[in-house]
Amino acid sequence: MSDSNGNAAAYWSANLRLLTMCLVVWAIVSYGFGILLVEPLNAIQIGGYKLGFWFAQQGSIYTFLVLVFFYAARMNSLDREFGVSED
Amino acid sequence: MDLQTLSYIFVGATFALYLGIAFWARAGSTGEFYVAGGGIHPVANGMATAADWMSAASFISMAGLIAFNGYGASVFLMGWTGGYVLLAMLLAPYLRKFGKFTVPEFIGDRYYSQTARIVAVVCLILASITYVIGQMKGVGVAFSRFLETSYEAGLFVGMTIVFFYAVLGGMKGITYTQIAQYCVLICAYTVPAVFISMNITGNPLPQLGLGSSLADGSMTMLDKLDMVVTDLGFKEYTTQKLGGTLNMFVYTLSLMIGTAGLPHVIVRFFTVPKVKDARASAGWALVFIALLYTVAPAVGAMARLNLMETIQPGPIGAPDGNLVYEERPQWFKNWEATGLLTFEDKNGDGRIQYYNDKNPEFAAKAESFGWQGNEMVQVDRDIMVLANPEIAQLPNWVIALVAAGGLAAALSTAAGLLLAISSAISHDLLKGVFMPEISEKAELNAGRIAMAGAIAAAGYLGLHPPGFAAGTVAIAFGLAASSIFPALMMGIFNKKMNSQGAIAGMAAGIGVTMLYVFQHKGILFIPGTSFLGDMGANWFFGISPNAFGAIGALVNFGVATMVAKVTAPPPEHIQHLVEDIRVPKGAGGATGH
Repeated sequence: MSDSNGNAAAYWSANLRLLTMCLVVWAIVSYGFGILLVEPLNAIQIGGYKLGFWFAQQGSIYTFLVLVFFYAARMNSLDREFGVSED
Repeated sequence: MDLQTLSYIFVGATFALYLGIAFWARAGSTGEFYVAGGGIHPVANGMATAADWMSAASFISMAGLIAFNGYGASVFLMGWTGGYVLLAMLLAPYLRKFGKFTVPEFIGDRYYSQTARIVAVVCLILASITYVIGQMKGVGVAFSRFLETSYEAGLFVGMTIVFFYAVLGGMKGITYTQIAQYCVLICAYTVPAVFISMNITGNPLPQLGLGSSLADGSMTMLDKLDMVVTDLGFKEYTTQKLGGTLNMFVYTLSLMIGTAGLPHVIVRFFTVPKVKDARASAGWALVFIALLYTVAPAVGAMARLNLMETIQPGPIGAPDGNLVYEERPQWFKNWEATGLLTFEDKNGDGRIQYYNDKNPEFAAKAESFGWQGNEMVQVDRDIMVLANPEIAQLPNWVIALVAAGGLAAALSTAAGLLLAISSAISHDLLKGVFMPEISEKAELNAGRIAMAGAIAAAGYLGLHPPGFAAGTVAIAFGLAASSIFPALMMGIFNKKMNSQGAIAGMAAGIGVTMLYVFQHKGILFIPGTSFLGDMGANWFFGISPNAFGAIGALVNFGVATMVAKVTAPPPEHIQHLVEDIRVPKGAGGATGH
């Protein structure tokens, strides 16, 4: 019993670590690059885009996509690693 | 073929498709009615979620907001997509593991309190009703413009279609029609965008076209747009802000939290077979949403450029630089007829001057040209997407497709909201609180009656839109952000959160948000009833009322944590329940028991 409790606790803290990491990236691309740092980033030009403007209207959305799939894939392997998968 | 015949063919064909699906996907049990039997594939569910989420506001209004607010409109782009990151990581998998039918049911069970469940039902119904009025209005407007029927007739046709597939099929019928509606709306949105991007930049991908050079190679499209708008005294497109930096920050956060807390979106993650699928499905939903949301900035920017260049084809200040009113294009006349576009020849020269007369520096210069004020007295933002194909002179079938797409967007969201309302009434209030002994068959019938009632109520409100309809979006997102999201999140991530804390938190969060909105817009939106007197707009650090949900959510978290600290912790079995929903193992199908 204590072993399975310890396992569940370890699984949960691994999940929280992954979650925090993902949410830090989430905040950096949107609130950081897209809003707070938009002016300095706008000095950089990529193609026809100012970089800050690109993050606000395109880049943040692409990053969100990558984050959600990355999280799902990592969680699936955590599920198997800790033996809590549904299958 | 003329535009009206084509529009009838496109809209008629899509409606026949929705009805066919409704007949095929009839619901036979409460499980099918509430969560489509729990067997929807994650990719299909992602597509349905995208249609459910993208309303008439996303389809019709967002590109217009972008066209006139430029960079400032990024709050909508980031806010309405970033919420899915929160959903995928903080809510969806755990609520799926919990495995019940509705959001209030989770809140009631997790906080072992019927009061909490009823508070959640009230928040859900308020948020959903305010949202559905806007959809009904969208249906009426799209019909009246493209099929040249009356607004009322359009609304009735729309209500009848939703009635068939939502009442017959419940969540099962809604899910499959939403998949079809997604396909219609995404084609309708991207096809004109590809054409326009080709015309302006030569690049068929709108996402790249926005960052490309003009077709003649002279300069980049965004530089050109910045130049065209600033030359006429408007703010620079790529840097203009919505309020200040703080307002944009809080606004984005409110929309993200609100998105993750809207019950008609959350409930879609109850329809997939496994916890694993709930995580993936949120990703797929975001893929399908991003297809539209990454195209929208190009649509907005290019529509603005087209509009400016149509009205000011020649050099600024030259006597023949402006469009002659009598030579205005057909789309201009069509939209004048609707009253959404208004011209007033202030200096009597028979030409149209469109510039920013609020900019004192440019207004002085304009006066030296003999201009006497901006003559485009009204340019409703909502016409941009619908008029865009006409402005760009695209073939009639593209315009007919856009009409069908606008209807698909409005109908799919309306159906999702109506289901959330009817299941809150039949499952949470009737079965959960008043008649726990009700049989499944009776509950299913009650669900259908509640759905029919919700459609009738939404239709009535669509016909007689309350004067405050425009201000209600703030309420829908504010409620979802300040009450539902924090209660769900703390229910999963804070084992010690108890019923007193959750109820106090929800009440405080809603209270603060409502106070701020009503202070700005009048109590229940009745003008002149701002109870604290005139305090100046956005008095709290320049934050606009629409952006206040995030502050409400913070208040909710704060109050709930403090109250939970000084009251008894939740009972042992609730703490076990929380531990159980944190691991995927042992998730069964969604049940109502």
